Amino acid sequence: MSRRTGRVLAGLLLAALVVAGLLSAFASGSPDGLTAVSEDKGFASTETEHAAADSPLAGYETRGVMNERLSVGLAGVIGVVVTFGIGAGLFLLVRGGDRTSGRAPDGATSTTG
Amino acid sequence: MHVPDGFFDVTVSVANGVVAAGVVTVCLRKAKEELDERTAPLAGAVAAFVFAAQMINFPVGLGTSGHLMGGALAAILVGPYTGVLCVSVVLLVQGLLFGDGGLTALGTNIVLMGIVGVLAGYGVFRLLTALLPKTRGSVLGGAFVGALVSVPAAALAFSGMFAIGGNADIPLTGLATAMVGVHVLIGIGEALITAATIGAVIAVRPDLVYGARMLPVVERYAVTSGGVA
Repeated sequence: MSRRTGRVLAGLLLAALVVAGLLSAFASGSPDGLTAVSEDKGFASTETEHAAADSPLAGYETRGVMNERLSVGLAGVIGVVVTFGIGAGLFLLVRGGDRTSGRAPDGATSTTG
Repeated sequence: MHVPDGFFDVTVSVANGVVAAGVVTVCLRKAKEELDERTAPLAGAVAAFVFAAQMINFPVGLGTSGHLMGGALAAILVGPYTGVLCVSVVLLVQGLLFGDGGLTALGTNIVLMGIVGVLAGYGVFRLLTALLPKTRGSVLGGAFVGALVSVPAAALAFSGMFAIGGNADIPLTGLATAMVGVHVLIGIGEALITAATIGAVIAVRPDLVYGARMLPVVERYAVTSGGVA
């Protein structure tokens, strides 16, 4: 991986951690579009309980952490780390052992540099 | 737009589960052609970024909010097949760990936000970038419009599904009008976040943006302030 590819990767991950860890505390608490429409049109009541409602991270809050911002921020950071782990692992697996089939985007940069 | 458990009957839930599983299987095969040893970990970071961005609900007026879906963004950054997988990974993590998006609705959510989101968003993006001059501005403009269209497209698909197998008898036109109306507003946020993120990556590494590969090399590396035409 070239140094500048690493920079994009690190930049995206850092942005994700800042957004999920810090900015998430300032997200709007209003119902989202689908929830609002389901309330307006009268089918919100068809929602049933979520099987993972007891998850220690349910509702993007970390159980046992009393401070609201810390609770949400910590849940966000855990989510980013887990999503990156599963995603990167999956895509490296999908990419597979065949190292020659990868598409070099063009001749402008070296993939090994 | 995370659909919770209970909105849809068993038939629609199972049908969406089958469609989602089938498309994800195809994507797993096709994503291999989009990924190389550099972009595989990058695609993981794109999934993580979409997860993070989805935590930020922005107000769209009338006491309603919305957040990024991310299908158009992921598809333009790392390719459409990988993009569907990125959104699917996010939905899986959200459903299992955060109780967001019903587990019986996982297939439905993958169809709406992953498959419809990518088809509409990336489809419009490809159409526009084929018609417009091969410049960075066209890539960003195409990303903006593609992302904007992807959200009401998913809302329309939801409405159609609800007419077939929703667990309440709601007239289709009224539901579709309400869903598309609010999701056009959310789509503007989707478009702004998508274009800004792609603009930031294209400014540093244009060759890493899957949807910018058709640009001539000189345009990709053109020193334009911020890369926005």
